[in-house]
Amino acid sequence: MSTQIPADLRYAKSHEWLRIAGDLATVGITDHAQHELTDIVFVELPAVGRALKAGEACAVVESVKTASDIYAPASGEVVEVNKALEASPALVNSEPYGAGWFFKLKLANEQDTTALLTPDAYKAQVGG
Amino acid sequence: MLKRTPLFSAHQRAGGKLIEFGGWEMPVQYSTITDEHLCVRRAAGIFDISHMGEVLVSGPSAEAFLNATLTNDARKLSVGLGQYTLLCNERGGVIDDLYCYRTGPADFLLIINASRITDDVAWLEQRLASFTERVAVKIENISALTGAVAIQGPRTPGLLDQLFPEPATAGTMVSKPSELKKNQIGRFKFEGLLCWVARTGYSGEDGFEVITPDTLIEPLWTQALKLGHPCCLQPCGLGARDTLRTEVCYPLYGHELDENTTPIEAGLGFFVALDKGDFTGRDVLAAQKANGTSKKLVAFKMTGASPPPRPHYAIFAEGQKVGDVTSGTQSPSLNCGIGMGYVPPALAMPGTPLEIEVRGRRFPALVVKKPIYSRPA
Repeated sequence: MSTQIPADLRYAKSHEWLRIAGDLATVGITDHAQHELTDIVFVELPAVGRALKAGEACAVVESVKTASDIYAPASGEVVEVNKALEASPALVNSEPYGAGWFFKLKLANEQDTTALLTPDAYKAQVGG
Repeated sequence: MLKRTPLFSAHQRAGGKLIEFGGWEMPVQYSTITDEHLCVRRAAGIFDISHMGEVLVSGPSAEAFLNATLTNDARKLSVGLGQYTLLCNERGGVIDDLYCYRTGPADFLLIINASRITDDVAWLEQRLASFTERVAVKIENISALTGAVAIQGPRTPGLLDQLFPEPATAGTMVSKPSELKKNQIGRFKFEGLLCWVARTGYSGEDGFEVITPDTLIEPLWTQALKLGHPCCLQPCGLGARDTLRTEVCYPLYGHELDENTTPIEAGLGFFVALDKGDFTGRDVLAAQKANGTSKKLVAFKMTGASPPPRPHYAIFAEGQKVGDVTSGTQSPSLNCGIGMGYVPPALAMPGTPLEIEVRGRRFPALVVKKPIYSRPA
């Protein structure tokens, strides 16, 4: 099964995606990540209002097997979290780029997002 | 260097995700833990358990030696019958938990934990050295020459009959494996070689464990998957093995059991035969049975939305830390967090509220009766 890597997103090496619209970015984890984690049973999201630094552990995804940290792919303030994941964590498995999104970030000014991966670069990383 | 079972390349070919377990490189899952778990509950799964140890204890005084060394009463075993039992130190602490089968009038087969093979064999040999009838007992560790699979689930009896179409030639003399009753073991032929088939398991479902010469395990695995297709047999990894056994509260060595924990504390008093005469650890175990213990193993369920409990998380009651989680997971059958852990006896009654601390936050749980999950009648 080949992994989905939508062309309109940016990616972090740590397997998060961002959908950037102006200074707002929606963040989730990639299809490859959800497939590796399997059976997501709980998602712990950051508090709204929390200021995140790129690379900081900011959420936790629990599968049956283990708990895994999720890292902020860019710096910014959390302005919204996906409350649907509290009741339906499996959305991360079924719709990683849609209803399974994690949180929205108001991107910090003047940050360097060139470290983020293009779809092709992420594809090369996961060997997809 | 991690050890590999004879099925290692079969696991690779089947897409198994390999992890380290007790010094072995073993598959944790092939599809997902939940999928494999539910497959065993509803149909059938096959697990590689070749990493487990096998020790033969034989001779005219083998029964007396085992009765002086293990907690359960080996005299209750007729030929072809097995029992769960424990190997304890002088303090009653558990060196290992194991299955002991009587395969012949003076022959016993012990199935021991992979991580405990060296310690168990050393302990057995040391006990034998001080056993008066030692010349009439032989201990033989055949772990390296032996492979094993567990075939578990409600649809397995018919599959075992297809795998082993000829009648048993030793042990319980049944005409086919499905006639074995729980804890019975029989010797059957597969591709002309002899295997032991026991009706037992670690999943809480009906099922079998098959112990074979190591060269036979891969053909057996392949044939089982081929014949098992109609009953939805899936290869299952250690992940599902762990969630299945946690739901039914079977202890796992290194989690619920260790050399500083006794069978009485672990709630395994049923497997300690205090009436059979002296055995290693008896004094401590008898005193604990009479006077109680300072800790007791409980099962618990998370009562609301929470992260799954995990081993080593702290257990709280009324604001005080009272113990640690020994095993914990999300239950695929019940779809909630479940676990086990040691608490003071006053907190061991079903219905007692506890809290489990996860990353600095406490989540409510309730002590429940064991097993946490029972298969529907």
